Amino acid sequence: MTSGPLPWRVELRHVTKTFYRGRQALTVLGPLDLRVSDREFVGLVGPSGCGKSTLLNVIAGIEQPTSGEVWLDGEPAPERLGRVAYMHQRDLLLPWRTVLDNAILPLELRGIPRREAAARARPWLERFGLAEFTRAYPAQLSGGMRQRVAFLRTLLADRPLILLDEPFGALDALTRASLQEWLLTLWEELDRTVILVTHDVEEALFLSDRVLVLSPRPGRIVREIMVDLPRPRPYEIVTDPRFVRLKAEILAELRARSTLEVPLDGT
Amino acid sequence: MARDRLLARDRIVPLLILAAVLLVWELAIPVLQVPRWVLPPPSAVVQALIRDQRLLLHHLTVTLEEVGLGLAFSVLLAIVLAIGIVSSRLVERSVYPFVIASQAVPIVALAPILLIWFGYGLTPKVIVVVLVCFFPIAVNLVDGLRGVDPEFVDLVRSFGGTSWQTLRVVRIPGALPAFFSGLRVAAAVSVIGALIGEWVGSSAGLGYLMIRAASQFYTDRVFAAVLVSAVVSIGLFGFVSVVERFALPWRRPARTET
Repeated sequence: MTSGPLPWRVELRHVTKTFYRGRQALTVLGPLDLRVSDREFVGLVGPSGCGKSTLLNVIAGIEQPTSGEVWLDGEPAPERLGRVAYMHQRDLLLPWRTVLDNAILPLELRGIPRREAAARARPWLERFGLAEFTRAYPAQLSGGMRQRVAFLRTLLADRPLILLDEPFGALDALTRASLQEWLLTLWEELDRTVILVTHDVEEALFLSDRVLVLSPRPGRIVREIMVDLPRPRPYEIVTDPRFVRLKAEILAELRARSTLEVPLDGT
Repeated sequence: MARDRLLARDRIVPLLILAAVLLVWELAIPVLQVPRWVLPPPSAVVQALIRDQRLLLHHLTVTLEEVGLGLAFSVLLAIVLAIGIVSSRLVERSVYPFVIASQAVPIVALAPILLIWFGYGLTPKVIVVVLVCFFPIAVNLVDGLRGVDPEFVDLVRSFGGTSWQTLRVVRIPGALPAFFSGLRVAAAVSVIGALIGEWVGSSAGLGYLMIRAASQFYTDRVFAAVLVSAVVSIGLFGFVSVVERFALPWRRPARTET
Protein backbone atom coordinates (compact mmCIF):
# COMPACT_ATOMS: atom_id res chain seq x y z
CA MET A 1 0.00 0.00 0.00
CA THR A 2 2.90 2.29 -0.74
CA SER A 3 1.45 3.71 -3.94
CA GLY A 4 -1.98 4.92 -4.90
CA PRO A 5 -4.84 5.97 -2.65
CA LEU A 6 -5.85 3.77 0.26
CA PRO A 7 -8.88 1.61 -0.47
CA TRP A 8 -12.13 2.35 1.30
CA ARG A 9 -12.18 0.78 4.73
CA VAL A 10 -15.73 -0.30 4.06
CA GLU A 11 -17.81 0.01 0.95
CA LEU A 12 -21.46 -0.90 0.41
CA ARG A 13 -22.46 -1.42 -3.21
CA HIS A 14 -26.15 -1.23 -3.92
CA VAL A 15 -27.07 -3.09 -0.77
CA THR A 16 -30.69 -4.00 -0.11
CA LYS A 17 -32.23 -6.12 2.62
CA THR A 18 -35.65 -7.70 2.44
CA PHE A 19 -37.18 -9.87 5.14
CA TYR A 20 -39.67 -12.55 4.23
CA ARG A 21 -42.32 -13.77 6.60
CA GLY A 22 -44.44 -16.35 4.87
CA ARG A 23 -45.62 -14.67 1.67
CA GLN A 24 -45.03 -11.18 3.01
CA ALA A 25 -41.91 -9.36 1.91
CA LEU A 26 -40.67 -6.34 3.82
CA THR A 27 -37.85 -4.31 2.35
CA VAL A 28 -36.15 -2.50 5.19
CA LEU A 29 -33.02 -1.26 3.51
CA GLY A 30 -31.72 0.21 0.34
CA PRO A 31 -30.68 0.35 -2.31
CA LEU A 32 -27.85 1.93 -0.44
CA ASP A 33 -24.30 2.92 -1.37
CA LEU A 34 -21.80 3.91 1.28
CA ARG A 35 -18.08 4.48 1.33
CA VAL A 36 -16.11 5.10 4.46
CA SER A 37 -12.42 5.90 4.39
CA ASP A 38 -9.84 4.88 6.94
CA ARG A 39 -10.02 6.68 10.31
CA GLU A 40 -13.21 8.38 9.41
CA PHE A 41 -16.01 8.86 11.93
CA VAL A 42 -19.35 8.57 10.17
CA GLY A 43 -22.67 9.20 11.87
CA LEU A 44 -25.90 7.71 10.54
CA VAL A 45 -29.12 9.32 11.69
CA GLY A 46 -32.64 8.36 10.77
CA PRO A 47 -36.12 7.88 12.14
CA SER A 48 -36.76 4.76 14.19
CA GLY A 49 -37.46 1.72 12.09
CA CYS A 50 -35.42 2.94 9.13
CA GLY A 51 -33.24 -0.15 9.15
CA LYS A 52 -30.25 1.39 10.95
CA SER A 53 -29.56 -1.68 13.05
CA THR A 54 -30.09 -3.95 10.06
CA LEU A 55 -27.50 -1.93 8.17
CA LEU A 56 -24.93 -2.53 10.91
CA ASN A 57 -25.87 -6.23 11.08
CA VAL A 58 -25.21 -6.44 7.34
CA ILE A 59 -21.85 -4.67 7.62
CA ALA A 60 -20.82 -6.93 10.52
CA GLY A 61 -21.86 -10.01 8.55
CA ILE A 62 -24.48 -11.20 11.04
CA GLU A 63 -26.93 -10.83 8.17
CA GLN A 64 -26.26 -11.02 4.46
CA PRO A 65 -27.70 -8.42 2.09
CA THR A 66 -30.54 -9.56 -0.16
CA SER A 67 -28.72 -7.94 -3.06
CA GLY A 68 -25.55 -5.91 -3.42
CA GLU A 69 -22.13 -6.39 -1.93
CA VAL A 70 -20.12 -5.40 1.10
CA TRP A 71 -16.42 -4.68 0.56
CA LEU A 72 -13.78 -4.38 3.22
CA ASP A 73 -10.37 -2.83 2.55
CA GLY A 74 -10.85 -2.82 -1.19
CA GLU A 75 -12.01 -6.43 -1.58
CA PRO A 76 -15.40 -8.12 -1.63
CA ALA A 77 -15.99 -9.64 1.81
CA PRO A 78 -18.81 -12.18 1.63
CA GLU A 79 -17.68 -13.71 4.94
CA ARG A 80 -17.06 -10.87 7.37
CA LEU A 81 -17.84 -12.30 10.80
CA GLY A 82 -15.00 -11.49 13.14
CA ARG A 83 -13.49 -8.81 10.90
CA VAL A 84 -15.52 -5.92 12.28
CA ALA A 85 -15.95 -4.88 15.91
CA TYR A 86 -19.61 -4.34 16.68
CA MET A 87 -21.12 -2.74 19.75
CA HIS A 88 -24.83 -3.34 20.03
CA GLN A 89 -27.53 -1.08 21.34
CA ARG A 90 -27.82 -3.16 24.52
CA ASP A 91 -24.59 -3.67 26.39
CA LEU A 92 -24.99 -7.47 26.02
CA LEU A 93 -22.62 -8.21 28.88
CA LEU A 94 -22.81 -11.89 29.76
CA PRO A 95 -24.25 -11.87 33.30
CA TRP A 96 -22.24 -14.91 34.36
CA ARG A 97 -18.91 -13.32 33.47
CA THR A 98 -17.00 -10.77 35.49
CA VAL A 99 -16.07 -7.39 34.05
CA LEU A 100 -12.64 -8.72 33.07
CA ASP A 101 -13.97 -11.89 31.46
CA ASN A 102 -16.57 -9.91 29.54
CA ALA A 103 -13.98 -7.47 28.28
CA ILE A 104 -11.57 -10.14 27.04
CA LEU A 105 -14.27 -12.24 25.36
CA PRO A 106 -13.17 -11.38 21.80
CA LEU A 107 -9.56 -12.28 22.66
CA GLU A 108 -10.68 -15.54 24.25
CA LEU A 109 -12.71 -16.42 21.15
CA ARG A 110 -9.56 -15.99 19.08
CA GLY A 111 -7.75 -18.49 21.28
CA ILE A 112 -5.54 -16.06 23.17
CA PRO A 113 -4.73 -17.49 26.63
CA ARG A 114 -6.63 -15.86 29.46
CA ARG A 115 -3.52 -14.65 31.25
CA GLU A 116 -2.22 -12.86 28.18
CA ALA A 117 -5.65 -11.43 27.36
CA ALA A 118 -5.99 -10.14 30.92
CA ALA A 119 -2.57 -8.51 30.71
CA ARG A 120 -3.60 -6.79 27.52
CA ALA A 121 -6.86 -5.58 29.06
CA ARG A 122 -5.40 -4.31 32.33
CA PRO A 123 -4.13 -0.86 31.21
CA TRP A 124 -7.44 -0.26 29.45
CA LEU A 125 -9.49 -1.23 32.47
CA GLU A 126 -7.58 1.39 34.39
CA ARG A 127 -8.05 3.96 31.68
CA PHE A 128 -11.79 3.23 31.58
CA GLY A 129 -12.11 3.65 35.35
CA LEU A 130 -12.94 -0.03 35.79
CA ALA A 131 -9.78 -1.22 37.54
CA GLU A 132 -11.52 -1.73 40.88
CA PHE A 133 -14.39 -3.62 39.31
CA THR A 134 -12.60 -6.30 37.30
CA ARG A 135 -14.08 -9.06 39.46
CA ALA A 136 -17.58 -7.54 39.67
CA TYR A 137 -20.50 -9.03 37.79
CA PRO A 138 -22.51 -6.87 35.37
CA ALA A 139 -25.53 -6.85 37.69
CA GLN A 140 -23.44 -4.95 40.23
CA LEU A 141 -22.57 -2.11 37.82
CA SER A 142 -24.33 1.11 36.87
CA GLY A 143 -25.60 1.64 33.32
CA GLY A 144 -22.70 3.93 32.39
CA MET A 145 -20.13 1.44 33.66
CA ARG A 146 -21.76 -1.44 31.83
CA GLN A 147 -21.62 0.57 28.64
CA ARG A 148 -17.92 1.27 29.20
CA VAL A 149 -17.24 -2.44 29.66
CA ALA A 150 -19.13 -3.17 26.44
CA PHE A 151 -17.09 -0.52 24.65
CA LEU A 152 -13.84 -1.87 26.03
CA ARG A 153 -14.82 -5.32 24.78
CA THR A 154 -15.41 -3.83 21.32
CA LEU A 155 -12.05 -2.09 21.45
CA LEU A 156 -10.18 -5.21 22.54
CA ALA A 157 -11.56 -7.03 19.50
CA ASP A 158 -8.77 -4.98 17.89
CA ARG A 159 -10.40 -4.37 14.53
CA PRO A 160 -9.82 -1.28 12.42
CA LEU A 161 -13.55 -0.80 11.88
CA ILE A 162 -15.93 -0.26 14.80
CA LEU A 163 -19.70 -0.22 14.49
CA LEU A 164 -21.63 1.53 17.24
CA ASP A 165 -25.40 1.05 17.44
CA GLU A 166 -26.85 3.79 19.66
CA PRO A 167 -24.22 3.05 22.28
CA PHE A 168 -25.52 5.65 24.72
CA GLY A 169 -29.22 5.34 23.94
CA ALA A 170 -30.25 3.83 27.26
CA LEU A 171 -28.36 6.27 29.49
CA ASP A 172 -29.46 9.42 31.25
CA ALA A 173 -28.52 12.76 29.66
CA LEU A 174 -25.60 13.56 31.98
CA THR A 175 -23.91 10.16 31.78
CA ARG A 176 -24.48 10.25 28.08
CA ALA A 177 -22.83 13.63 27.56
CA SER A 178 -19.76 12.64 29.56
CA LEU A 179 -19.42 9.34 27.72
CA GLN A 180 -19.70 11.12 24.37
CA GLU A 181 -16.86 13.43 25.32
CA TRP A 182 -14.89 10.49 26.58
CA LEU A 183 -15.46 8.54 23.34
CA LEU A 184 -14.34 11.53 21.32
CA THR A 185 -11.02 11.95 23.13
CA LEU A 186 -10.46 8.24 22.89
CA TRP A 187 -11.16 8.12 19.16
CA GLU A 188 -8.91 11.09 18.48
CA GLU A 189 -5.92 9.09 19.71
CA LEU A 190 -6.91 5.68 18.31
CA ASP A 191 -6.53 4.85 14.65
CA ARG A 192 -9.98 3.43 14.20
CA THR A 193 -12.75 3.91 11.73
CA VAL A 194 -16.16 4.31 13.32
CA ILE A 195 -19.69 4.03 11.99
CA LEU A 196 -22.13 5.32 14.57
CA VAL A 197 -25.87 4.82 14.31
CA THR A 198 -28.04 7.09 16.41
CA HIS A 199 -31.31 8.98 16.38
CA ASP A 200 -29.71 11.76 18.39
CA VAL A 201 -28.72 14.43 15.86
CA GLU A 202 -26.59 16.35 18.35
CA GLU A 203 -24.63 13.20 19.22
CA ALA A 204 -23.99 12.47 15.54
CA LEU A 205 -22.80 16.00 14.84
CA PHE A 206 -20.65 16.25 17.91
CA LEU A 207 -18.75 13.05 17.15
CA SER A 208 -18.69 12.67 13.37
CA ASP A 209 -16.69 13.88 10.40
CA ARG A 210 -19.66 13.23 8.20
CA VAL A 211 -23.35 12.71 8.96
CA LEU A 212 -25.61 10.70 6.70
CA VAL A 213 -29.37 11.06 6.94
CA LEU A 214 -31.42 7.95 6.28
CA SER A 215 -34.97 7.93 4.96
CA PRO A 216 -37.82 6.04 6.65
CA ARG A 217 -38.16 2.39 5.65
CA PRO A 218 -36.71 1.25 3.33
CA GLY A 219 -33.64 3.11 4.59
CA ARG A 220 -31.69 4.96 1.94
CA ILE A 221 -29.14 7.75 2.25
CA VAL A 222 -30.96 10.97 1.43
CA ARG A 223 -28.50 13.56 2.62
CA GLU A 224 -24.80 13.80 3.30
CA ILE A 225 -23.50 16.55 5.56
CA MET A 226 -19.80 17.24 6.08
CA VAL A 227 -19.16 18.37 9.63
CA ASP A 228 -16.34 20.85 9.11
CA LEU A 229 -16.00 21.69 12.78
CA PRO A 230 -12.47 21.79 14.17
CA ARG A 231 -11.09 19.02 16.35
CA PRO A 232 -10.55 18.49 19.19
CA ARG A 233 -14.10 19.48 19.92
CA PRO A 234 -15.04 20.71 23.36
CA TYR A 235 -18.60 20.00 24.46
CA GLU A 236 -19.40 23.71 24.27
CA ILE A 237 -19.31 23.41 20.51
CA VAL A 238 -22.96 22.38 20.60
CA THR A 239 -23.79 26.07 21.04
CA ASP A 240 -21.54 27.19 18.18
CA PRO A 241 -23.62 28.86 15.41
CA ARG A 242 -22.18 26.52 12.76
CA PHE A 243 -23.16 23.51 14.87
CA VAL A 244 -26.64 24.86 15.42
CA ARG A 245 -27.07 25.53 11.69
CA LEU A 246 -26.05 21.98 10.76
CA LYS A 247 -28.35 20.59 13.42
CA ALA A 248 -31.29 22.60 12.10
CA GLU A 249 -30.54 21.40 8.60
CA ILE A 250 -30.56 17.74 9.59
CA LEU A 251 -33.64 18.06 11.74
CA ALA A 252 -35.51 19.74 8.90
CA GLU A 253 -34.50 16.92 6.58
CA LEU A 254 -35.68 14.31 9.07
CA ARG A 255 -38.93 16.09 9.79
CA ALA A 256 -39.80 16.59 6.14
CA ARG A 257 -39.66 12.85 5.61
CA SER A 258 -40.97 11.46 8.84
CA THR A 259 -44.30 13.37 8.77
CA LEU A 260 -45.42 10.96 6.09
CA GLU A 261 -45.14 8.15 8.61
CA VAL A 262 -47.15 9.77 11.38
CA PRO A 263 -50.82 8.81 11.27
CA LEU A 264 -53.04 11.88 11.28
CA ASP A 265 -55.77 10.51 13.51
CA GLY A 266 -53.28 10.10 16.35
CA THR A 267 -53.67 6.35 16.82
CA MET B 1 -31.96 -3.85 63.74
CA ALA B 2 -35.56 -4.00 62.60
CA ARG B 3 -34.50 -6.29 59.78
CA ASP B 4 -32.68 -8.63 62.15
CA ARG B 5 -35.78 -8.85 64.28
CA LEU B 6 -37.87 -9.65 61.23
CA LEU B 7 -35.45 -12.39 60.22
CA ALA B 8 -35.56 -13.86 63.71
CA ARG B 9 -39.35 -13.84 63.61
CA ASP B 10 -39.32 -15.59 60.25
CA ARG B 11 -37.31 -18.39 61.79
CA ILE B 12 -39.03 -18.65 65.14
CA VAL B 13 -42.66 -18.69 64.01
CA PRO B 14 -42.39 -21.85 61.85
CA LEU B 15 -40.57 -23.62 64.67
CA LEU B 16 -43.30 -22.65 67.13
CA ILE B 17 -45.99 -23.96 64.81
CA LEU B 18 -44.12 -27.25 64.40
CA ALA B 19 -43.68 -27.54 68.16
CA ALA B 20 -47.38 -26.88 68.72
CA VAL B 21 -48.42 -29.58 66.22
CA LEU B 22 -46.08 -32.11 67.81
CA LEU B 23 -47.32 -31.21 71.29
CA VAL B 24 -51.00 -31.64 70.35
CA TRP B 25 -50.15 -34.96 68.67
CA GLU B 26 -48.23 -36.15 71.73
CA LEU B 27 -50.98 -35.19 74.18
CA ALA B 28 -53.94 -36.31 72.07
CA ILE B 29 -52.83 -39.93 71.82
CA PRO B 30 -53.17 -40.91 75.50
CA VAL B 31 -56.31 -38.78 75.85
CA LEU B 32 -58.03 -40.41 72.85
CA GLN B 33 -56.55 -43.79 73.78
CA VAL B 34 -55.10 -44.44 70.33
CA PRO B 35 -53.10 -47.69 70.30
CA ARG B 36 -49.40 -47.29 69.57
CA TRP B 37 -49.49 -49.58 66.56
CA VAL B 38 -52.10 -47.33 64.94
CA LEU B 39 -50.39 -44.00 65.59
CA PRO B 40 -47.33 -43.70 67.81
CA PRO B 41 -46.74 -40.38 69.59
CA PRO B 42 -43.74 -38.28 68.42
CA SER B 43 -41.79 -39.34 71.50
CA ALA B 44 -42.14 -43.00 70.47
CA VAL B 45 -40.89 -42.16 66.97
CA VAL B 46 -37.85 -40.45 68.47
CA GLN B 47 -37.29 -43.49 70.71
CA ALA B 48 -37.50 -45.78 67.66
CA LEU B 49 -35.07 -43.52 65.85
CA ILE B 50 -32.52 -43.90 68.63
CA ARG B 51 -33.22 -47.58 69.36
CA ASP B 52 -33.05 -48.62 65.66
CA GLN B 53 -30.29 -46.26 64.56
CA ARG B 54 -27.99 -49.03 63.33
CA LEU B 55 -30.78 -50.71 61.43
CA LEU B 56 -31.87 -47.40 59.91
CA LEU B 57 -28.33 -46.47 58.99
CA HIS B 58 -27.79 -49.82 57.26
CA HIS B 59 -30.92 -49.44 55.13
CA LEU B 60 -30.25 -45.74 54.56
CA THR B 61 -26.90 -46.47 52.90
CA VAL B 62 -28.61 -48.88 50.48
CA THR B 63 -31.23 -46.27 49.55
CA LEU B 64 -28.62 -43.53 49.27
CA GLU B 65 -26.62 -45.62 46.82
CA GLU B 66 -29.70 -46.11 44.63
CA VAL B 67 -30.53 -42.41 44.81
CA GLY B 68 -26.95 -41.29 44.11
CA LEU B 69 -26.49 -43.57 41.11
CA GLY B 70 -29.99 -42.77 39.86
CA LEU B 71 -29.40 -39.02 40.03
CA ALA B 72 -26.02 -39.32 38.32
CA PHE B 73 -27.48 -41.32 35.43
CA SER B 74 -30.45 -38.93 35.26
CA VAL B 75 -28.14 -35.96 34.82
CA LEU B 76 -26.18 -37.73 32.08
CA LEU B 77 -29.31 -38.88 30.27
CA ALA B 78 -30.93 -35.44 30.58
CA ILE B 79 -27.85 -33.66 29.19
CA VAL B 80 -27.61 -36.01 26.21
CA LEU B 81 -31.35 -35.74 25.49
CA ALA B 82 -31.49 -31.97 25.93
CA ILE B 83 -28.52 -31.26 23.66
CA GLY B 84 -29.96 -33.66 21.06
CA ILE B 85 -33.41 -32.10 21.25
CA VAL B 86 -32.09 -28.55 21.04
CA SER B 87 -29.64 -29.12 18.20
CA SER B 88 -31.73 -31.30 15.88
CA ARG B 89 -35.33 -30.96 14.85
CA LEU B 90 -35.35 -34.61 13.86
CA VAL B 91 -34.21 -35.70 17.32
CA GLU B 92 -36.76 -33.38 18.87
CA ARG B 93 -39.64 -34.78 16.78
CA SER B 94 -38.67 -38.40 17.32
CA VAL B 95 -37.47 -38.35 20.93
CA TYR B 96 -39.43 -35.69 22.78
CA PRO B 97 -42.79 -37.56 22.56
CA PHE B 98 -41.17 -40.60 24.19
CA VAL B 99 -39.64 -38.45 26.89
CA ILE B 100 -43.08 -37.11 27.75
CA ALA B 101 -44.73 -40.54 27.38
CA SER B 102 -42.25 -41.96 29.86
CA GLN B 103 -43.93 -39.81 32.49
CA ALA B 104 -47.38 -41.16 31.63
CA VAL B 105 -46.35 -44.74 32.44
CA PRO B 106 -47.34 -45.53 36.03
CA ILE B 107 -44.08 -46.40 37.73
CA VAL B 108 -45.87 -48.64 40.23
CA ALA B 109 -46.95 -50.83 37.31
CA LEU B 110 -43.58 -50.73 35.64
CA ALA B 111 -41.55 -51.62 38.74
CA PRO B 112 -42.66 -55.29 38.90
CA ILE B 113 -41.71 -55.74 35.24
CA LEU B 114 -38.28 -54.28 35.94
CA LEU B 115 -38.07 -56.77 38.78
CA ILE B 116 -38.72 -59.64 36.34
CA TRP B 117 -36.11 -58.31 33.95
CA PHE B 118 -33.36 -57.26 36.33
CA GLY B 119 -33.97 -59.18 39.55
CA TYR B 120 -33.87 -58.02 43.15
CA GLY B 121 -30.59 -56.13 42.96
CA LEU B 122 -29.61 -52.49 42.55
CA THR B 123 -30.40 -52.12 38.83
CA PRO B 124 -34.24 -51.95 38.87
CA LYS B 125 -34.18 -49.38 41.69
CA VAL B 126 -31.70 -47.17 39.87
CA ILE B 127 -33.86 -47.40 36.75
CA VAL B 128 -36.95 -46.30 38.67
CA VAL B 129 -35.02 -43.35 40.15
CA VAL B 130 -33.84 -42.38 36.65
CA LEU B 131 -37.38 -42.61 35.28
CA VAL B 132 -38.60 -40.24 37.98
CA CYS B 133 -35.63 -37.87 37.91
CA PHE B 134 -34.40 -37.37 34.36
CA PHE B 135 -37.60 -35.70 33.22
CA PRO B 136 -37.54 -32.48 35.28
CA ILE B 137 -33.83 -32.05 34.54
CA ALA B 138 -34.21 -32.64 30.79
CA VAL B 139 -37.26 -30.40 30.36
CA ASN B 140 -35.69 -27.53 32.30
CA LEU B 141 -32.41 -27.91 30.44
CA VAL B 142 -34.17 -27.81 27.06
CA ASP B 143 -35.97 -24.62 28.10
CA GLY B 144 -32.73 -23.15 29.44
CA LEU B 145 -30.74 -23.87 26.29
CA ARG B 146 -33.54 -22.47 24.14
CA GLY B 147 -34.14 -19.43 26.32
CA VAL B 148 -30.71 -17.94 25.74
CA ASP B 149 -30.89 -14.39 24.39
CA PRO B 150 -30.34 -14.63 20.61
CA GLU B 151 -28.43 -11.34 20.71
CA PHE B 152 -25.77 -13.01 22.88
CA VAL B 153 -25.40 -15.56 20.11
CA ASP B 154 -25.09 -12.78 17.51
CA LEU B 155 -22.49 -11.08 19.68
CA VAL B 156 -20.27 -14.17 19.78
CA ARG B 157 -20.75 -14.64 16.03
CA SER B 158 -19.82 -11.02 15.34
CA PHE B 159 -16.51 -11.64 17.11
CA GLY B 160 -15.93 -14.59 14.80
CA GLY B 161 -16.93 -17.25 17.33
CA THR B 162 -17.76 -20.77 16.11
CA SER B 163 -20.98 -22.56 17.00
CA TRP B 164 -19.06 -24.73 19.46
CA GLN B 165 -17.77 -21.56 21.14
CA THR B 166 -21.32 -20.20 21.22
CA LEU B 167 -22.39 -23.34 23.04
CA ARG B 168 -19.55 -23.10 25.53
CA VAL B 169 -19.58 -19.36 26.13
CA VAL B 170 -23.29 -18.52 25.89
CA ARG B 171 -25.67 -21.46 25.79
CA ILE B 172 -24.31 -23.70 28.53
CA PRO B 173 -23.68 -21.01 31.16
CA GLY B 174 -27.01 -19.41 30.24
CA ALA B 175 -28.82 -22.70 30.75
CA LEU B 176 -27.25 -23.51 34.13
CA PRO B 177 -29.89 -21.76 36.27
CA ALA B 178 -32.65 -23.77 34.58
CA PHE B 179 -30.57 -26.94 34.90
CA PHE B 180 -30.26 -26.42 38.63
CA SER B 181 -34.00 -25.77 38.99
CA GLY B 182 -34.61 -29.14 37.35
CA LEU B 183 -31.95 -30.81 39.47
CA ARG B 184 -33.49 -29.47 42.68
CA VAL B 185 -36.86 -30.96 41.77
CA ALA B 186 -35.20 -34.23 40.77
CA ALA B 187 -33.24 -34.40 44.03
CA ALA B 188 -36.41 -33.90 46.06
CA VAL B 189 -38.36 -36.67 44.29
CA SER B 190 -35.45 -39.08 43.84
CA VAL B 191 -35.98 -40.72 47.24
CA ILE B 192 -39.59 -41.55 46.35
CA GLY B 193 -38.33 -43.30 43.22
CA ALA B 194 -35.96 -45.43 45.27
CA LEU B 195 -38.69 -46.26 47.83
CA ILE B 196 -41.10 -47.38 45.08
CA GLY B 197 -38.38 -49.58 43.62
CA GLU B 198 -37.76 -51.13 47.02
CA TRP B 199 -41.43 -51.70 47.84
CA VAL B 200 -41.90 -53.88 44.78
CA GLY B 201 -39.13 -56.26 45.65
CA SER B 202 -35.93 -55.92 47.62
CA SER B 203 -33.98 -57.18 50.56
CA ALA B 204 -32.69 -53.89 51.87
CA GLY B 205 -33.30 -50.14 51.84
CA LEU B 206 -35.58 -47.75 53.71
CA GLY B 207 -38.54 -48.79 51.55
CA TYR B 208 -37.94 -52.44 52.38
CA LEU B 209 -37.65 -51.52 56.06
CA MET B 210 -40.98 -49.64 55.97
CA ILE B 211 -42.84 -52.57 54.37
CA ARG B 212 -41.36 -55.10 56.75
CA ALA B 213 -41.93 -52.97 59.85
CA ALA B 214 -45.52 -52.23 58.78
CA SER B 215 -46.30 -55.91 58.31
CA GLN B 216 -45.05 -56.53 61.84
CA PHE B 217 -47.01 -53.55 63.24
CA TYR B 218 -43.80 -51.75 64.29
CA THR B 219 -45.55 -48.53 63.40
CA ASP B 220 -43.03 -46.38 65.29
CA ARG B 221 -40.25 -47.88 63.14
CA VAL B 222 -42.24 -47.10 59.98
CA PHE B 223 -42.53 -43.49 61.11
CA ALA B 224 -38.84 -43.36 61.94
CA ALA B 225 -37.97 -44.63 58.43
CA VAL B 226 -40.36 -42.10 56.86
CA LEU B 227 -38.73 -39.35 58.90
CA VAL B 228 -35.26 -40.42 57.75
CA SER B 229 -36.26 -40.49 54.07
CA ALA B 230 -37.90 -37.07 54.38
CA VAL B 231 -34.73 -35.67 55.92
CA VAL B 232 -32.72 -37.20 53.04
CA SER B 233 -35.01 -35.52 50.49
CA ILE B 234 -34.73 -32.14 52.17
CA GLY B 235 -30.99 -32.64 52.55
CA LEU B 236 -30.51 -33.44 48.86
CA PHE B 237 -32.58 -30.40 47.90
CA GLY B 238 -30.46 -28.26 50.21
CA PHE B 239 -27.24 -29.79 48.91
CA VAL B 240 -28.15 -28.95 45.30
CA SER B 241 -29.03 -25.41 46.39
CA VAL B 242 -25.62 -25.02 48.02
CA VAL B 243 -23.82 -26.36 44.94
CA GLU B 244 -25.89 -23.96 42.84
CA ARG B 245 -24.83 -21.00 44.97
CA PHE B 246 -21.19 -21.86 44.40
CA ALA B 247 -21.60 -22.67 40.72
CA LEU B 248 -23.54 -19.50 39.94
CA PRO B 249 -21.90 -16.73 41.97
CA TRP B 250 -23.31 -14.12 39.60
CA ARG B 251 -26.85 -14.93 40.71
CA ARG B 252 -26.22 -14.08 44.33
CA PRO B 253 -27.93 -10.87 45.32
CA ALA B 254 -25.68 -7.89 44.71
CA ARG B 255 -23.70 -6.66 47.67
CA THR B 256 -24.69 -3.22 48.83
CA GLU B 257 -22.41 -0.50 47.52
CA THR B 258 -19.91 0.90 49.97
